Amino acid sequence: MSYFSRRKNNRDLAAIDGRHFGLDQAMTGLSFILLAVIVVIPVFMIIYHAFFFEGKFSPELFSTQLLDKDNLASMWNTIKIAFWVTLLGTIVGVFYAWLLGRSDIPAKGLMRALFNIPYMFPPFLGAMAWDLLLNGRSGYLNRWLMDVFHLSKAPFNINSLGGIVFVELSYYFPFVFMQVVSALERMDPTLEESARIAGAKQTTVIRKITLPLVLPAISAGALLILISSLAHFGVPSILGFSQGIYTLPTRIYAVISRSGGSFDGIRQGAALSIMLVLVVAIALVIQKKVLSSGSYDIIKGKSMRPTLIKLRGAKLPLFLLAVLTLIFIVIVPLAMIFLVGLVKAYGLPLIPENFTLANYVKVFSSSGTLDSIRNSLFVSISAGIICMFLGTLIAYVVQKIRPKGKGVLEVLSVLPYSIPGTVLAIGVILAWSGDLGLNLYNTIWIILVAYLARYLSFSMKTSSAALLQVHPSLEEAARTCGASHTESLKDITLPLIRPAMVSGFFLIFLPAMREVTTSVLLYGPYTRTLGVQIYSLRDAGMMPQAAALGSVAIVLIIICNTIVTQITKDRKGV
Amino acid sequence: MAKVRFEDITFRYGNHYVLKNFSLEVESGQIMCLVGPSGCGKTTLVRCLLGLGKPETGEIYVGDRCLFSAKRRVNVPAERRNIGIVFQDYAVWPHMTVKENVLYPMKKRKVPKAEAEKRAMHALDQVNMREYANHLPSQLSGGQQQRVAIARALVGSEDLIVMDEPITNLDAKLREQMLAEIREIQRTIGTTILYITHDQQSALQLCDKMAIMQQDGSLCQVGTDEDIILRPESRFAFEFIGVSNFIPVVRQNGRCYLQGGKELIPWEEPIPEDLDLTKKVELGIRPNDIVFDPASPIRGKVKRSVFLGSEYDYFVLLGEKELRVQQSTLDAIQYGIVKEGSEIGLRLLNPRYYES
Repeated sequence: MSYFSRRKNNRDLAAIDGRHFGLDQAMTGLSFILLAVIVVIPVFMIIYHAFFFEGKFSPELFSTQLLDKDNLASMWNTIKIAFWVTLLGTIVGVFYAWLLGRSDIPAKGLMRALFNIPYMFPPFLGAMAWDLLLNGRSGYLNRWLMDVFHLSKAPFNINSLGGIVFVELSYYFPFVFMQVVSALERMDPTLEESARIAGAKQTTVIRKITLPLVLPAISAGALLILISSLAHFGVPSILGFSQGIYTLPTRIYAVISRSGGSFDGIRQGAALSIMLVLVVAIALVIQKKVLSSGSYDIIKGKSMRPTLIKLRGAKLPLFLLAVLTLIFIVIVPLAMIFLVGLVKAYGLPLIPENFTLANYVKVFSSSGTLDSIRNSLFVSISAGIICMFLGTLIAYVVQKIRPKGKGVLEVLSVLPYSIPGTVLAIGVILAWSGDLGLNLYNTIWIILVAYLARYLSFSMKTSSAALLQVHPSLEEAARTCGASHTESLKDITLPLIRPAMVSGFFLIFLPAMREVTTSVLLYGPYTRTLGVQIYSLRDAGMMPQAAALGSVAIVLIIICNTIVTQITKDRKGV
Repeated sequence: MAKVRFEDITFRYGNHYVLKNFSLEVESGQIMCLVGPSGCGKTTLVRCLLGLGKPETGEIYVGDRCLFSAKRRVNVPAERRNIGIVFQDYAVWPHMTVKENVLYPMKKRKVPKAEAEKRAMHALDQVNMREYANHLPSQLSGGQQQRVAIARALVGSEDLIVMDEPITNLDAKLREQMLAEIREIQRTIGTTILYITHDQQSALQLCDKMAIMQQDGSLCQVGTDEDIILRPESRFAFEFIGVSNFIPVVRQNGRCYLQGGKELIPWEEPIPEDLDLTKKVELGIRPNDIVFDPASPIRGKVKRSVFLGSEYDYFVLLGEKELRVQQSTLDAIQYGIVKEGSEIGLRLLNPRYYES
């Protein structure tokens, strides 16, 4: 009863003050308005323009797009790639999670850190690296293999569906890996021990106890892979364009850039976007049916020390396998980007005689590059700060004020997360290029608006979780001590959730710094972002310079990430 | 110190009335314990007093000051009610040190710094927490955090402190110690304390006066602890404040009987004249008011006996009715321990009669 009464009473707080329009109502209203502007308008504009033309209902566009052979082919590609990436990514992720979480494999700490690297590494840089290595015609590794084994044809071709799956896989399996490792660590080891004592064999325990218990974690991770892969732009665009392999996101980009940003192109893009959203929605439904995600309370919040399984004879081979995987997915692409960034001209052998710093000099002396770094820093920091406050505001309204329609707020703020970035970009273009009286097209602001919608859910989720930890009596105690509603927010609630707000900021800042999917559709002549700049340098055939800038981006990301882990490590006992 | 007055308070959620025309007075400088089962509306009442909930009707006064009046449309906001509160979960702010926690109410009320410092240290002295002034709450035990909450309530108000189940989270020994300390602090400064609990035992240890609330949110008895223990006015009060036996009483052919299941046992003791035996009436009796007396015509059979240290706890069958009987260990040793399975005479002392 007391829980219920708190909810109710909190809503009444402003009314008790004798004010009809209090702080709570202001915050609630503001949340609704901001979400309407940032999220609802772009989504609405896509649907409207896909089905309406000059104010009249015209489903022809949508149906012609839907029946177009190329579009159907790209839709099929999208589904195939996402299916294989999700399936293989889940298997690989679970396998390594178990290996690092539950076996006595050596060098765990180091390996875990390395396995997390793909998570912060921009996939399109990885695709670039693999393209440099295994390009069907000029890949370094292909040429070396042809020389050594006297082959007439390149043995590998990364510019294929299989290649795309491979590269996406190596960047997306950490989603499952990280979820499952933490679930394994929080699982009560006595659950497994009791099964052993009851007479089950080790393999039975894994099959009947461990696996079902971590199933929710697996399914959550697989869902992340599925959504990300369906919406993914970077890898297929870098590996697929040259061979005419399109997925829906890259097809949308191609349609729009071919039409030179004309309204017709954007409308076609809108129709394609609806197709993509439908595919994502269907995939979500199927995924939910296949993996019903029950939650088990047996997985506790605190870390336990699980019993480790002895690998015995399999220890060395498995260790080598893990090391080899790490070398392949982490070290090789990273080294490739750094080395090609140093080489005098693309195609020259990667030996010290051919190395130069000229690429870096060139990159940093071009105003475009410096601008792109400045732009990215500006948009990422602004998006981070604005989302941090906005997400906290919405989280507060949803968790503490609990107005009517809080469910709507929640859904609206999380919605853009499952909308592919490409689709979001088109919505933003349709909404903010003059139709509604405000033209932001070709300015940095349109990128910022898109980032806000895209990343809002990140900060909203972290702030929500933190606010749930702040018991209502803490604020109430402040009020009875003489603090007004505003003061209790400022003195009590905000300081308590500050660490979560800061980590929310970095959760947005880091991916925004390397973002390419939305900004590649939104950039104007003077508003390239770091990702777009690397992308277009490569597009223009300036591989070494693109690689040099890529190296800079990687270093930047690693530095920021180190700062984040330091900050989140020593937050005080709250 | 100040007197607290609730008058005609009504509070409801939809059609569910938590409090209906509730009135209660707490005298100045006293500890009043409001006791009632979980979910009876105690916390709701406190929240109304603090300004965290808004009643539909009624008035609330602290001293001469009207904090709430539905009729006159007065509703003083929580921050200006000047009431100290100790919440069940302490609500000590985890990001502030002990001293900052205690200084906060005075900071908000603009007490000069030096003065605030002095009062904070004094309050910490009173709860024996001076040496922890610069600790963070996460470094303190539950009992220590609770003392910080009390110190904060002390500096927050000299008139009135409300404690909402403040010791339920502590272990038994610490609980007793805290109760003694609260009592001691109240004696030295004379603040009025409204203490909310569902545990009648701690209420007894602490209070000057007790108010017993029923499940439906109404008051069933207000009085001193002796009043309530020795003369409970209703069956609910009798049952709530201790272990109790109830035996139905019936009248047949002008004689009174105790009803033990189907069996009727003649009951010769005088019963109050105003008792209406045409209604259902029960005799209430405490386990230690039933004594073994071989000469008594009321016979029972001992089903089970349990040794509890200071006393023996017997389950005795009166007909088919099971009674709890307690005998102090001293008496048991003196008069002999009654064996399980044996038949024995019972005498019922201090019986009370309630219409049920």
